[in-house]
Amino acid sequence: MAKKDKTESKQKLPVMTGAPHIRSGESVPKVMWSVVAALAPAAAFAVYHFGMPALMLMAVSAAAAVAAEALMQLLLRKRVTALDGSAVITGLLLAMNIPPGAPLWMAAIGSVFAMVIVKHLFGGLGFNIFNPALAARAFLLASWPVHMTTTWHRFGEHNILMQNAQNSAGFSPSVFDALTGATPLTLMKEGPKILADNHIALSKLYDVTLTPEMVKSLFIGTVGGSIGETSALLLLIGALFLMIRKIITWHIPVSFIGTVAAAAAGYHYLSGYPAPHLMALYQVLSGGLILGAFFMATDMVTSPVSKKGMLIFGAGCGLITFVIRQWGGYPEGVSYAILIMNALVPLIDRYTKPRVFGVREKKKLAGAVK
Amino acid sequence: MFSRFGGGIHPPGHKSITEDLKFINLPIPHACYIPLQQHIGAPAKLAVAVGDIVSEGQLIGRADGFISANVHSSIPGRVADIAPVPTVYGPQQSVIIEAEGAFSASAMPQEAGDWNVLSREEILERIREAGIVGLGGAAFPTAVKLSPPPEKKIDTLVVNGAECEPYLTVDDMLMRTFPAYIIEGTRIAMKALGVTRAVIGVEGNKKEAIAALKNSLGPASGRETISIKKLVTKYPQGAEKQMIYSLLGRRVPSGGLPMDAGVVVQNVGTLFALRKAVLYNKPLLSRYVTISGNAIRNPGNYKVRIGTRIADIVEECGGLTEEPSRIVMGGPLCGVSVHSLDFPVVKGTSGILFLTGKEAAARDYSPCIRCGKCVAVCPMGLLPNELGTAAEKDRFDLAGELNPYDCIMCGSCSYVCPSQRPLSHFIKLAQQKLKAVT
Repeated sequence: MAKKDKTESKQKLPVMTGAPHIRSGESVPKVMWSVVAALAPAAAFAVYHFGMPALMLMAVSAAAAVAAEALMQLLLRKRVTALDGSAVITGLLLAMNIPPGAPLWMAAIGSVFAMVIVKHLFGGLGFNIFNPALAARAFLLASWPVHMTTTWHRFGEHNILMQNAQNSAGFSPSVFDALTGATPLTLMKEGPKILADNHIALSKLYDVTLTPEMVKSLFIGTVGGSIGETSALLLLIGALFLMIRKIITWHIPVSFIGTVAAAAAGYHYLSGYPAPHLMALYQVLSGGLILGAFFMATDMVTSPVSKKGMLIFGAGCGLITFVIRQWGGYPEGVSYAILIMNALVPLIDRYTKPRVFGVREKKKLAGAVK
Repeated sequence: MFSRFGGGIHPPGHKSITEDLKFINLPIPHACYIPLQQHIGAPAKLAVAVGDIVSEGQLIGRADGFISANVHSSIPGRVADIAPVPTVYGPQQSVIIEAEGAFSASAMPQEAGDWNVLSREEILERIREAGIVGLGGAAFPTAVKLSPPPEKKIDTLVVNGAECEPYLTVDDMLMRTFPAYIIEGTRIAMKALGVTRAVIGVEGNKKEAIAALKNSLGPASGRETISIKKLVTKYPQGAEKQMIYSLLGRRVPSGGLPMDAGVVVQNVGTLFALRKAVLYNKPLLSRYVTISGNAIRNPGNYKVRIGTRIADIVEECGGLTEEPSRIVMGGPLCGVSVHSLDFPVVKGTSGILFLTGKEAAARDYSPCIRCGKCVAVCPMGLLPNELGTAAEKDRFDLAGELNPYDCIMCGSCSYVCPSQRPLSHFIKLAQQKLKAVT
């Protein structure tokens, strides 16, 4: 129908097509490039924070994604839309989800995997079940676990942890090193075991980690982590832009982050430890939660369409994230949580259909007639 | 009681083009092309022959059956031909009248009658004789709408002054220019319907119209109550079901009509025409039409004879400033785009829009990206995304399970779709295919 418009508009007669005759002006490229723009502050900070390797990883990853998409579309004889921004988002997000010390070839392979296997073999934009960047990250983690988990850089939090550990006297040198050498989430995961092995009370761990300085550092982003996940502040600025542009709504991020915060605070409180609010903030601000909740769980293609569905989806993501962080094999669970919930989207959509206007009244009317 | 219906959109109004332009009588055209079917129901039965001399207001098509409407000659002249003419309802058998002779005074009695002395039946008869139909666009015969079956208990007349479509300002101007007539028309319709309560709903962006109606209301009489309510400015506020919900908090049952919720809805333009018909016993010969869009030189709110072709209107409005990308009869969201200037104005024509390529860009559509915007804006709680995909893939069996008949064709889903998918078109396709099967 739209194609017909084009040929007809060349003639003198006006086009005759179905209503409506005006459009909002929103388009897929506008949506996608807005997301890229929203990621820009955090990406720029990553370059400042981690240096050239971060820039190179993001550039290679995005370029590989665009190239792989264009190639797939040519092979499948589809319209080439590789520059509509969606491939750039996938490449950029993948790079932002891997450690700054990872090799370039690995990022490129991840992007190709995301585009070819996760996106286009499922039918291309709109038809993929899983978030391509996250599925690619899972693929990289399974294939090259060493590159994906050990190439972290240490930053401000290292100093804060050292300071806190020194103030809280009583650590042997080996415990001291073990505690101050980990990333924020690894510390929460490994810490209890290290302390238990050395017969030190668990609350000592929280003296080291749960301090206002630590939370502040996590918020600004002067901590170690994946390239794009460290600065909660800049990610939130980008997310605010997307909300104003009405590209994302609050439903998924709020229920996702809210569930993690509530679960962390509740568990901490029930276990009898001090400062559950700092525990909640620590859990919310560390790892990839802010990046995941605002930029990946909200991926339109792989999240529910109704508001109610979005709330359920977000809560599910939050719960799985907390469970993995607390009891799972990995220190971080955001990406697996989103991938698992991606798989449940068709089910959620089916059970959260909006109520059709007047259907209840129809039933009432039918009942009255009987 | 003031509710807010779910969903809806806020398109740019474009009303400033014509909203302050007073009514202008468009000169009588040389010829009128008057279709025998300008309403929902059976076409009128031809009552003249080629070569006949007809006077202004003479019956040329008689209502055929209960749901039908009379058609009159809007100009004095000679029947030049009886032939199919392209209309928004498809090609329709039409009476083509070439202007000739004088305007007989007998067709226009100037003395207003007193409707209070008329019985309910007499009022309905005059409305029926005059060929009044819903002038908001749907063109359902008004006398039929005002005589619901006795088993339906009607308690309220809802008067639709929402005019939620962009560009259109004709109802707004009508409420500002003739507020007392609309109130009087409301009272007449209330009597015809046998109700004591009427609610007039106007969108909040028409402050002057609301004030004018309130000033014309006069002192409340004992048994009847007419209230004027400001509605949220949101499309499709003027859709019957949304209007009733906004004003009364009642939902029309799925598959039902307003009378199933105890309500009859009339547009302000219809009440204006109805009053004239009852007071002067005069048929519907002309209507007010908004001529707008950026491709017409002199946009405005014009009084146009039924049967005037677009070509004649373009000429009287100073011609076109550029080749319009689309010509739309009605509003830009619900209206019908036409392919030639030969289409005549019919009773249901509320506006004619000459849209430039910038105003009405047609782009290729691409697959759904599941953004959910259509689901959020659908005022009926449907899933336009799934309906559209099912219809696109010819899976009408799947579409049938997604309540396609509850769609009111407001077009909000297509309007917001970032993939430019013609969703309401797909839904209409599903409705038609499913109807053909059953």
